[in-house]
Amino acid sequence: MDCLEIKDLTVAIQGQRILDGLSLVVPKGEVHAIMGPNGSGKSTLAKVLAGHEDYEVLSGQVLMDGQDLLQMEVDQRSRAGFFLAFQYPYEIPGVSNANFLREAVRARLGSGEDLDAVAFYKRLYGLMDELGIDRKFTARSVNEGFSGGEKKRNEILQMAILEPFYAVLDETDSGLDIDALRVVAEGVNRMRSPHRGFLLITHYQRLLNYIEPDFIHVLAGGKIVRTGGKELALELEETGYDWIKEGALATA
Amino acid sequence: MSEESATLDAVLIDQSQGNFAYPEDYELDAGRGLGPSTLDYISEVKGEDQWIRDFRHRALEVFERKPMPTHWASRELDEIKFQDIRYYLAKGKRPTRSWDEVPDDVKKTFERLGIPERERGFLAGVEAQFDSEAAYSNIKEEFDKQGVIFVNSSEGLREHPEIFRRWFGKVIPTGDNKFSALNSAVFSGGSFIYVPPGVKVKHPLQAYFRINAEQFGQFERTLIIVDEGAEVMYMEGCTAPKFETATLHSAVVELVAMPHAKIQYITVQNWSSNVFNLVTKRGLAHEGAEIRWIDCNIGSRLTMKYPGVIMKGRKARGEVISIALANTGQHQDTGAKMIHAADETTSNIVSKSISMGEGRATYRGQVHIPKHLKGCRNNTECDALLINSRSRTDTYPAITVRGNRHATQHEASVSQVSEEQIFYMRQRGLTEAAAMSLSVNGFVNDLVREFPMEYSVELKRLIDLEMEGSVG
Repeated sequence: MDCLEIKDLTVAIQGQRILDGLSLVVPKGEVHAIMGPNGSGKSTLAKVLAGHEDYEVLSGQVLMDGQDLLQMEVDQRSRAGFFLAFQYPYEIPGVSNANFLREAVRARLGSGEDLDAVAFYKRLYGLMDELGIDRKFTARSVNEGFSGGEKKRNEILQMAILEPFYAVLDETDSGLDIDALRVVAEGVNRMRSPHRGFLLITHYQRLLNYIEPDFIHVLAGGKIVRTGGKELALELEETGYDWIKEGALATA
Repeated sequence: MSEESATLDAVLIDQSQGNFAYPEDYELDAGRGLGPSTLDYISEVKGEDQWIRDFRHRALEVFERKPMPTHWASRELDEIKFQDIRYYLAKGKRPTRSWDEVPDDVKKTFERLGIPERERGFLAGVEAQFDSEAAYSNIKEEFDKQGVIFVNSSEGLREHPEIFRRWFGKVIPTGDNKFSALNSAVFSGGSFIYVPPGVKVKHPLQAYFRINAEQFGQFERTLIIVDEGAEVMYMEGCTAPKFETATLHSAVVELVAMPHAKIQYITVQNWSSNVFNLVTKRGLAHEGAEIRWIDCNIGSRLTMKYPGVIMKGRKARGEVISIALANTGQHQDTGAKMIHAADETTSNIVSKSISMGEGRATYRGQVHIPKHLKGCRNNTECDALLINSRSRTDTYPAITVRGNRHATQHEASVSQVSEEQIFYMRQRGLTEAAAMSLSVNGFVNDLVREFPMEYSVELKRLIDLEMEGSVG
């Protein structure tokens, strides 16, 4: 029960099939990585799990701790404990980071409950310090004028505040220099817990030097074509993804 | 922490607020329709002098002569049936001085309006208008000591004719437009304020008023005179209960800022969607004086309002900051008029409009800088936000600059709340409505900061309220 279970998921966008019978189980307490060449459907998986409207689920099921995730609204999924760190986080002009985070936290309170503002800020500032985010960022508009690295750190901050049960990180390492990458990785590592499952989506092995996964899956042609331990990443780093294409062609 | 309480309040909104009416019980009623006898009835009740009676009658003639401005404005104006409107209603009691004397049903209305407790306490400095007649008015002792006059316009006329008469109808002449003429004929209520030289009024002066009678036009008349080097902030807020048939609201507000005086006039307006709100507001700024109109228009069937500043003295400054929100069935036709009439005068217009559903927002701006002046500056910014494809926004800026010794700039933008942005916010757990509301609040945020604290709270609340049900 305590897992994010993707069963035989087939998804299309504008009539084109992107995921084709993908199955994957991420139990709580584990970190899984999905690697794969460009266009293999990695980001599609992330968006579908979050509930983006552009994608059409043709068949399959996703269960989050037994709940039918695909039947839930985007915001319901979030409140139930699903988090997506965006590859390209959006800007929200005029809405301060603090305000946005507060609204997100408040959305999780029961009726009649109210946010303890003092405790909230204490926690927020603590997490910002850990992530090396200047406290002045609380007053800045969400992601507006942020550098690539700042945006990604902000995603991790949001994740840390919201404490999801399952977090999908979509190419969080892209566009990061090595220092920023380290900070982001530390942020994720601190959140590793028996009560939380992670799915890292990445093109490069680099991120996995800092966040050590329990399992690595290779996505190609819309399905998982290979699963292994962390050593698989090193192998991919050496051999690249060409073998998959050949292999996929061979089995086709 | 101010922002904190603002957003907290935004969620604790009572949706039924404003959507109610108490049984009508008026001792004085001029009846339906408009004619010379209507004016006489009002003058009689108020015990007015002959000159003001004559003023009203002349105004009625002007009103009847002037055509509807439908050649440039909305055809919706033709739907106003002037003969069906009741032009004067009042409880018939003298304005009361203490809170205990305020009738219970009026107190109930204040409660429903959600006027904060501390503000009710501060009502000592507030003139609250219940329909035409001030239900409660009490000048703080402090004001008396400083010589500040803050009364309703009838009392101003009666008690301070020497100041009143000098400026009344001078900034906005009766014949300015059809609706200023109508107001001049049937006005009742509104505020009269005088601030003596050098007095800087610490507390904002406030007036709450509402329309509580079906088919009842409210024609308040406000005149504010701030003498040399003095300063005042005036705030007006309106809500109206919802009725089936249209109600007409047509106010005239005149401001006079003597040399180096400062006036800020703040309006947060939330009319029900059957109200015609046709308001003329203008200020006259003498040398080195500053007049700021800060204006938020929410609701109403049709609002036409273009606050203006005539910069008559050297280095006078005028500013209009406005937020308009138009939902389905509503048309916000707003803007600003800046008349530069002296050297080195400066004006600034910042306008943001939000159109939702089938709502329509129109900006009309007029900036006039004649050739013989030098060193005048104007800055105009108008931004429009569209919530869905059915909403509509128009911008009609008219900037007349003659001569080459001036600086003007004009920026306009139209943007839309993007689906991706909403998706991002929903992924963090916000409902679609909350996400929309937050983006809209973000759009107007820099302007909302210009409003005093309690108004910015109310404003966010009103925006949230308007956003409800407009999504999806």
